Amino acid sequence: MHRDSERHKLFSRRALMLGAGQGVLMSALVGRMYYLQVIEAERYKTLADENRINFRLLAPPRGPIVDRVGAAMADNQQNYRVVIVPEQAGDVERTLSLLSLIVPLSAGERRRILREVKRKRAFVPITVRENLDWSDVARIEVNTPDLPGVLIDVGQSRHYTFGPETAHVLGYVAAVSEKELTGDPLLELPGFRIGKAGVERVYDMALRGAGGSSQVEVNALGRVIRELDRQEGQPGAEVRLTVDLQLQRFVMDRLGDESAAAVVVDVNTGEVLSLVSTPSFDPNDFNTGLSQAEWESLVSNPKSPLTNKAIAGQYAPGSTFKMAVALAGLEKGVITSDTHVFCNGKIKLGNSTFHCWKHGGHGSVDLQTSLEQSCDVFFYEVARRTGIERIGAMARRLGLGASLGLDLPGEKSGLVPSNKWKKKAIGSSWQLGETLIAGIGQGYILTTPLQLAIMTARLANGGRAVTPRMTKDVVTEDGVTPYPPTQYDSLGLIPDHLALVLGGMERVVNSPHGTAFRSRIKENTQRMAGKTGTVQVRRITKAERETRVLKNSELPWKERDHAIFVGFAPLDKPRFAVSIVVEHGGGGSSTAAPIARDILEEVQRLVPLAANTSDREA
Amino acid sequence: MIQSDGLMFQSKMSIGQKLLHLHWLFVVLLVLTACIGFAMLYSAAGGNFEPWASRQMVRFGIGLFAMIVVALTDIRLWLRYAYAFYFIMLVMLVAVEVAGFVGMGAQRWISFGIFNVQPSEFMKAALVIALARYFHGGSIEDVGRVTYLFPPILMVAAPAVLILRQPDLGTTLMIGLASLAMFFAAGVRMWKFGVLGVLGLISAPVAWFTLLRDYQKQRILTFINPESDTLGSGYHIIQSKIALGSGGLFGKGFMLGTQSHLNFLPEKQTDFIFTMLAEELGLVGGLVLISLYVLLLVYGLAISLSSRNHFGRLVGIGVTVTFFLYIFINIAMVMGLIPVVGVPLPLVSYGGTAMLTILFGFGLLLCVHIHRDVTIGRRDGGDEM
Repeated sequence: MHRDSERHKLFSRRALMLGAGQGVLMSALVGRMYYLQVIEAERYKTLADENRINFRLLAPPRGPIVDRVGAAMADNQQNYRVVIVPEQAGDVERTLSLLSLIVPLSAGERRRILREVKRKRAFVPITVRENLDWSDVARIEVNTPDLPGVLIDVGQSRHYTFGPETAHVLGYVAAVSEKELTGDPLLELPGFRIGKAGVERVYDMALRGAGGSSQVEVNALGRVIRELDRQEGQPGAEVRLTVDLQLQRFVMDRLGDESAAAVVVDVNTGEVLSLVSTPSFDPNDFNTGLSQAEWESLVSNPKSPLTNKAIAGQYAPGSTFKMAVALAGLEKGVITSDTHVFCNGKIKLGNSTFHCWKHGGHGSVDLQTSLEQSCDVFFYEVARRTGIERIGAMARRLGLGASLGLDLPGEKSGLVPSNKWKKKAIGSSWQLGETLIAGIGQGYILTTPLQLAIMTARLANGGRAVTPRMTKDVVTEDGVTPYPPTQYDSLGLIPDHLALVLGGMERVVNSPHGTAFRSRIKENTQRMAGKTGTVQVRRITKAERETRVLKNSELPWKERDHAIFVGFAPLDKPRFAVSIVVEHGGGGSSTAAPIARDILEEVQRLVPLAANTSDREA
Repeated sequence: MIQSDGLMFQSKMSIGQKLLHLHWLFVVLLVLTACIGFAMLYSAAGGNFEPWASRQMVRFGIGLFAMIVVALTDIRLWLRYAYAFYFIMLVMLVAVEVAGFVGMGAQRWISFGIFNVQPSEFMKAALVIALARYFHGGSIEDVGRVTYLFPPILMVAAPAVLILRQPDLGTTLMIGLASLAMFFAAGVRMWKFGVLGVLGLISAPVAWFTLLRDYQKQRILTFINPESDTLGSGYHIIQSKIALGSGGLFGKGFMLGTQSHLNFLPEKQTDFIFTMLAEELGLVGGLVLISLYVLLLVYGLAISLSSRNHFGRLVGIGVTVTFFLYIFINIAMVMGLIPVVGVPLPLVSYGGTAMLTILFGFGLLLCVHIHRDVTIGRRDGGDEM
C-alpha cells in the first residue's frame, strides 16, 4: 500500500506538470490571438477588404459624332449577343447543339467556346455569337426553356449612320491591339474599341470618356454577391464636326464610281464642309471584323478605297497651279496686266520643245486670257521670267508643299520643289526646263486636294492664311469648348494682283471662251469662279505628237489624265471653296468642273449665308 | 477488504444519489460551450438553424444523455471491459481498412446502414481506458521496467498505424500524444521519453518517405512557408489568418463576418469555426470560449487528481489531455501556428462522431468523479467480480 501511495504522489506530480504544460500552451494561443487580432489587426483588415471587394471597370459609352447641324454621324447601337453560362447550362455540348439549330455554329466556333468554357470559371458568361439580328434574338428567347444557361446579352457597338459616305472623315473603331496597350485598364476590357483612323482616332481620348467603376462584393470564387458602390463613368464627349452630312452625302453620290476626291471648305473660317474620297468602305464592317476575302478585296482594289485621297492623295496640280505662278510673276514685276505673250502652240528652250495643250496655239494672250483659256505657253514664259524659287515661295504661301495641320491623321505634305530640294533628293541641280514645266503645275510638284481647296480659299478670301479644321469646337481630353474667333493673318498679297488673278478665274467659268463655261452657275447670286486642270500622267512621245495625240477615251484607265478643278462661290462675296480631283477622269473642264458646279450649287443651297453670319465673323 | 469497501460503496449509491453527485458545474460549463457552437453554426448558415445548428443540437442532446449514462455506470465495469472495448475498436479499424468508404479524400468511415461510424474517433476513448487499465495493474517498479512498457506501446502502435494508413494524420497525432501523456502520468521514467525523442528524430525522415501521403507532406511544407502556395494548401491558412486578424478586438458582429460568409474561409462550420467566431466576436469572444475550455480542463484535472483509484486518475488525465489536444491543435492550426490537420474544435465544430467521442470521454470523466471515493486494488481487474 505504501508503494501505491508513492505511485499516487508520482501521478499527482506528473499530472500537475501536464496541467502546467497545457497552461503554457493555452497562453501561447492567447498570445497568438492577441498578436493577430490586436497588433496585426489593421493589416488584416486591409487584406480582408481587398479580399472581398473587387473593382470592376465600367466602359463609358463612346461619345457621338455629329455634323455641323447636329445630325448623327456616329453613335452607339445595341449589340445583341448570345452567351452561355456553363454553370447554368449543365451539359454545354448538348446545349450548343440545340442552339446551333437556331444560330448555326461551325465546328471551329464550337471548339473555341468549349475551350473557353474549360478555361474560365463556371459562372462567367461566354460569348457564343455577336451582332445577332432581331429574328435570331426572338427565336432564342422563345426557346429559352430548352436552352439552359443561354442568355441574350446587350452590349454597345459603334454605328455609323452613313458608313461609306463618312468613312474617310470619321475613320473607324476596332479592338485594341497588343501594341496599343498603355496600362490604362479601360483598354483591357474585353470588347473595348478605340479609334483607329479619322476623327475617331484624332479625338479618341475625348470620345472615349472616363471609365466608371463598380465595387462589388465577391466571394472566394469571384462570384459577385452584390454591388457595394457604383461610380458612373464620364461618357465620351460629343464631337461636332464642321462637315455637313447632307453635303457630304451629295458629294459622295456625285463622285459616283470614280476614283476621286473632293474638298469643300469655308474660305473664311477654314471649316471643312465636306471631305470625300471615293471609292470608300463601310467602317461598320471594321467594328464587327472583316473576313479575309473582304479585306483582300479592299486592299487589292486599284482605286484604293482605304486611302483618303482628299488628304493623302498627292497629285500634280496642273493648270490649277497657274494662279500661284501668276501671282509670283506679278509680285516679282516680270509681268503686268498688260503683258502679252504670243502662243503658237509651243515654245523652244535649247533643244527641248514645250507644247501648249492647244495644238494651234492661242495667239497673243495676256494674263487673264491665259487663265481663262489655260494657255500653257504664256505660263511657260512667266515661269521662265520668275524662276522656281519665287514660284515655290508663292505656292507655299498659298498653302502648298506643307501639311496644313488638319485634325485628321494621314495628311500628306505634298511637294513644292526648289533647287535645294532637287540637289538633296535627286542629286542634280535645277534645270530651267523644269521651271517651265512647274509653270503649268506639272513635273515634281505635288499637291493634295485639301491643299488645292485651301489655296483657292486663300485666294478667294482676299489673301488670308486660312487653315482647315474638322470640328466646330476645340476638343481636348478635358472637354469641348467652342473655337475662339480666329482672324487669319494676311498673306501680304497685293490686292491688285489678287484682283487680276480672281478676275481670270471668273472668266474661266463665266466667259464664253473660258475652259469651264459650260459648267457656269447661272443664278446670279451664286455664280462661281475657278480654274480647270488636266494632269498628264503619261509621257506623250514625239511620234505620237507628230501624228495625233490620243484621246483619253482611247487610253487604258491608268494612262488617262487626272481631271482637276478648283473653284469658289459666290463670286461677289466668296464663302465656299472647292477642289475636285478625278483620277484618270479625263479633262478638268469636261469631268471635274461640272462636279464642282453641282457641289457649289448644293452647298449654297444647304448652308445659307444668312444663317451663318456668325461663322463669317469668326 | 478494499474490495468489499468498493462493493459497499456501490451498493450504497442509488441512481438518484449518483445523479446528485454528478459534477453539475462541469455539465453547465460544457453546455455553455456547446451553445456557443450552436450560435456559430447558426451564423455559418447565414442565420439559419438549417442545415447545421439544429442537427448539432439534436446530436448534442443525444450525446449529453449518453454522457450521463456513461457517468452513472459503475467505474469497475469500464475497468473490466476495457480491453474488450479496445479490441472491438481495433477490429473496426481493420474493417475500415477493408470495407470502409472514402469520404473527403480519406478512408475513415464505416457504414452501418443508417449511420456512419468513424472508429478512429472511438478508438481515442478505448485506448485511454485500455491504457488506464494496464497501468492501473502495474506497480511503481513495474512501470520502471522496459519490458513492462512493450505491451502498452503495442496497444498504441497498432491503432496508430491503422489510422495513419487511412490516412488521418490529426487523429494519429492525438492518439500518440494522449498516450504519451498517459505514459508520463503513469510514471514512466523521464529518460525514456528522451530516448523516444531521439528515436523520433531519427525515424522522421523514414516516416516522411514511407508513411506520409503527398497531401500530408504538402501540408507540412505549406506550413513552413504558407505564402508559397497561396491558392493551394497555404490558401486556407492565409485566409484563416486574414479572417481572424480582421476581427480585431471586438469582432465584426455576430453574423457579420465578411470573410466567413463570403466563403473565403474553407470548412467554416467544421475545422475553421474558431476563425469565424474570432472574426465575428473578436478577441473578446475568442477569450470567452478559451476561458470556458480552460475551466473545463482545470475541473478535468481536479477530478483526475481527486480520484482515489489509479484507473480513475489515469482515465481522467487521458480524457483531459485528449480534450486539450483537440482544442490546442485546432486553434493553433487556424492561427497558423501548426500545419493544417483535420481536428475539430470540441463541442463547437459541426460533426457527429467527434461530439459523441468527446461527450463519451466526459462521461468517463464524470464517472471518475462520481466514483472518486471508490478504491480499486491494483490486481482488481474487475474480471474476477
